[in-house]
Amino acid sequence: MRVLHHPILGDETRKTNATITVDGREIPAIEGEPIAAALLAAGIKKFRETPKHHKPRGIFCAIGRCTDCVMIVDGVPNVRTCVTPVRDGMIIYTQKGLGKWGVEK
Amino acid sequence: MKNTEIAIIGAGPAGLSCAVEAARAGAQVTVLDENLKPGGQLFKQIHKFFGSREHQAGIRGFRIGQNLLEETEKLGVNVLLSASVYGIYEDGLIAYIKDGRDHTLKAKKIVIATGASENALAFPGCTLPGVMGAGAAQTMINVNRVLPGEKILMVGSGNVGLIVSYQLLQAGADVVALIEAAPKIGGYGVHAAKIRRAGVPIYTSTTIKEVLGEEKVEGVVTVSLDEKWRPLEGSEKEFRVDTVCLAVGLSPLTELAWMAGCEFTFIPALGGHVPIHDSNMETTVPGIYVAGDVTGVEEASSAMEEGRLAGVACAESLGYFEGQKALELKQEIWRRLDALRTGPFGEARFRAKNEQLNARRKLA
Repeated sequence: MRVLHHPILGDETRKTNATITVDGREIPAIEGEPIAAALLAAGIKKFRETPKHHKPRGIFCAIGRCTDCVMIVDGVPNVRTCVTPVRDGMIIYTQKGLGKWGVEK
Repeated sequence: MKNTEIAIIGAGPAGLSCAVEAARAGAQVTVLDENLKPGGQLFKQIHKFFGSREHQAGIRGFRIGQNLLEETEKLGVNVLLSASVYGIYEDGLIAYIKDGRDHTLKAKKIVIATGASENALAFPGCTLPGVMGAGAAQTMINVNRVLPGEKILMVGSGNVGLIVSYQLLQAGADVVALIEAAPKIGGYGVHAAKIRRAGVPIYTSTTIKEVLGEEKVEGVVTVSLDEKWRPLEGSEKEFRVDTVCLAVGLSPLTELAWMAGCEFTFIPALGGHVPIHDSNMETTVPGIYVAGDVTGVEEASSAMEEGRLAGVACAESLGYFEGQKALELKQEIWRRLDALRTGPFGEARFRAKNEQLNARRKLA
């Protein structure tokens, strides 16, 4: 959920101006915001599954250190979504284990 | 390979303050930061700072960040963003990655101002999506303007836990409760009072027993602790929440200082292993300085003063000051630093920082 009104920061002036596709689902986003922010705004919390036990993982540190939020972005696995800015048309997949190179069909 | 007189790693409050002082003295300064934007954690701080007027009390953190950025721009400081420094080698050689490529930079003086990162806490369910650092939640609401969840349980009553709880309320979330394992609240009374007035209960002597949920956080079970920190059977409480925020301290990001060969000392009050430095912020490796949370976790105000100190000391060692000017500046900064390290909360940090300086004297 986006914070549209805020007592200190004021009203949100940016508008969603990009679309990213996550596991086949189109999601509105703001160009330049971290991918993770667009996903949280769309209510997506699970970003990847661990290699061995397939356990879900999501955002933890949000500053690019913990690597819990990595996903497959435009065919590149292990992309830290909390520090990677959105570009219009990005194709993103929930990462299973170590992830695969190349865009899934 | 590029050259610079002073390379500063980290464009947070310490690094930028360092850059301003050194550049003002006439030195050529390059700041490297792995993030897309400079400012470190300052732009997440939407609350008013404490202290006296000379520490910019009453001014919100992000405004202080804006002022620092304007100053660095005016002084012509070169700030390299999206530049991840991965190594410091002999003779002031810095290696970093930018735009997917390797780069090197050679500096006469290096200032490590890499800050700190949040601690985690282990409990059943601690890896579920929805369990995150309080600072992570703060980044999401104040910088990205996105709520990480709607119903939140905060763990830890230090200033980070208290302030982020209030900021989550400001962003429109419901902070269901704040729990603290210690028998009393850790942070400032004013911050605790603000969230109590907003109706958030604070449970002391309470910790997490487990987080519920399969794919994401669906609830949390807390348990009370006795005077020996043992869980009290039958004291469990269940909260329906979708997010658990952990505000359980920070650890200095010291990897580069270790790699550079700096000697360390262990001071729990400062967050664990911290690089030893002298009153000029110079480490045990000549020409390598430290400033801010990497030298021991404190707050943005002291990080900025330490940055200024390192900036003056670096410029001085390069010959940019005449006569007693550098000494006077450094004494003035030390007076302000000492003033920040007073009071019931500051005294412990004052003692800890003295212990760190004494470790240097013992080596000398």
